[in-house]
Amino acid sequence: MSTTALHIAFDVDQVRRHFPILKREVKGKPLVYFDNAATTQKPVEVIDALTSYYQYFNANIHRGIHSLAEEATAAYEATRDTVQQFINAKQREEIIFTRGVTESINLVAYTWARINLKAGDEIIISGMEHHSNIVPWQLIAEMTGATLKVIPVDDNGELMMDEFHKLLNEKAKLVSVVHASNSLGTINPVKEIIDAAHKVGAIVMLDGAQSTVHLDIDVQELDCDFFAISSHKVYGPTGIGVLYGKRALLEAMPPFMGGGEMIKDVTFEKTTWNELPYKFEAGTPNIADTVALKAAIDFVQRIGKKQIRLHEEELLRYATKELQNIDGIRLIGQAKNKVSVASFVVEGVHPQDLGILLDNQGVAVRTGHHCTQPLMNRFGIPGTTRASFAMYNTKDEIDVMIAGLHKAIKLLR
Amino acid sequence: MSDIKSITEIEEEIVDDFSLFDTWDEKYEYIIDMGKKLKPLEDEHKKDENKIKGCQSTVWMVSELKDGKVYYRAESDAVIVKGLVSMLIRVLSGHEPKEIIDAKLDFIDKIGMKQHLAQTRSNGLLSMVKQMKLDATVYLAQQASKN
Repeated sequence: MSTTALHIAFDVDQVRRHFPILKREVKGKPLVYFDNAATTQKPVEVIDALTSYYQYFNANIHRGIHSLAEEATAAYEATRDTVQQFINAKQREEIIFTRGVTESINLVAYTWARINLKAGDEIIISGMEHHSNIVPWQLIAEMTGATLKVIPVDDNGELMMDEFHKLLNEKAKLVSVVHASNSLGTINPVKEIIDAAHKVGAIVMLDGAQSTVHLDIDVQELDCDFFAISSHKVYGPTGIGVLYGKRALLEAMPPFMGGGEMIKDVTFEKTTWNELPYKFEAGTPNIADTVALKAAIDFVQRIGKKQIRLHEEELLRYATKELQNIDGIRLIGQAKNKVSVASFVVEGVHPQDLGILLDNQGVAVRTGHHCTQPLMNRFGIPGTTRASFAMYNTKDEIDVMIAGLHKAIKLLR
Repeated sequence: MSDIKSITEIEEEIVDDFSLFDTWDEKYEYIIDMGKKLKPLEDEHKKDENKIKGCQSTVWMVSELKDGKVYYRAESDAVIVKGLVSMLIRVLSGHEPKEIIDAKLDFIDKIGMKQHLAQTRSNGLLSMVKQMKLDATVYLAQQASKN
């Protein structure tokens, strides 16, 4: 069955040609890459952007007076403009480059939260957070005396919003939740969370690691205070990411790291900070990967986020239907609104065994706790097998996975 | 008893067994079969101090020194790991501590299972090998202090 039947303009075969890695084999079988929630593969446009940066205009940015430095600076700053437009931030100064979501969250924890929180204050997170949106807050809570509160998750893998509203009061100063769950795929009602949090005077940080690649992100419409992005989950390079923050908050925050680039004047008596966004970008940044991130976003926008989403939704529907036919399977995460993540456990079969045997069929899935141990404990399981789909995946590939699963389960039981 | 054979000889036997297989499927089928056949560890031994925890699966292991030789028993919650563990036991169990400590265990690489020892897999097998050698080292030290 053709995956392109429903959307004429989206041609998955055409899309696949942009991704050189999809031509390779694993264990003698064509690669089926279903670990996209961990990281997406890179289109040739991104790979070319990386190599052409190093081949033609590698230079340190912002300081140099020569042509190469000017070209490198222009390319680096062009990515900031592209990101601003991609998530509809009001100003380019609100886009801070980081190493990824983990660093973005830590930046907010160690600057905003460290100076603004005190004993008795509350930080609210959810029961489906990645460890990177749990541990920084635990560290800050320990430093400041603030308390961590957790929004519980129901059996379908949705946030229990009644409980959230009960948790929320004037003590809450910060709510930090995942926009879309990496383990379950659940898209959380973040608008409702943001509006309610603002009513009690709390600010809201969103972990956009999974959502940015699948959903349209409009930070002004969401009215979130911080939004974190990892480039490598949006078809871009690893090691680069974004922290969006509202200007007024960023202005009031102390710097995260000290060094070159982030200063205005340095004397041994007193140093003054550079203006936004440079105040938060100490040292020589990751120029090459930042430049290539623009190529990734341009590529996504050229294919069309809506087209990609329709394609991925169809893949998720198909995979969910096929998975349900497997004897003893239990889907973990059956929220109404999901990004293209299918997480499951099979009765009597360890996820790791499934992962190894699927790899043997050339199928790359993720098994384990997905860095969400508290969530796995909530479901009473050590981990799941997770297939997550991207723009270049096909129904034929899902068929390969399903056949591989049948074969593996027969062998393992 | 296999204890007349050296560790290296047993490793060679396993490599020979695996040379009969043409495909990865056959190799894994064999490993899974060995995993299923591994004698389960009694529940009393499945406690935290015997746990070798990996990122994804857990191994429980106990050992004892009898007549100068180390005997291991182990189990895992994942079948493939259990199969690999069963091979390690076949290779190492019943030998003198010194021989165990010196064992290169390159059969794992030769049968194409090296990836299961890689850090990235974090599945407890690497920790298992370390623990087996550590136990042997402790027994060797005990023997030395007695002499």
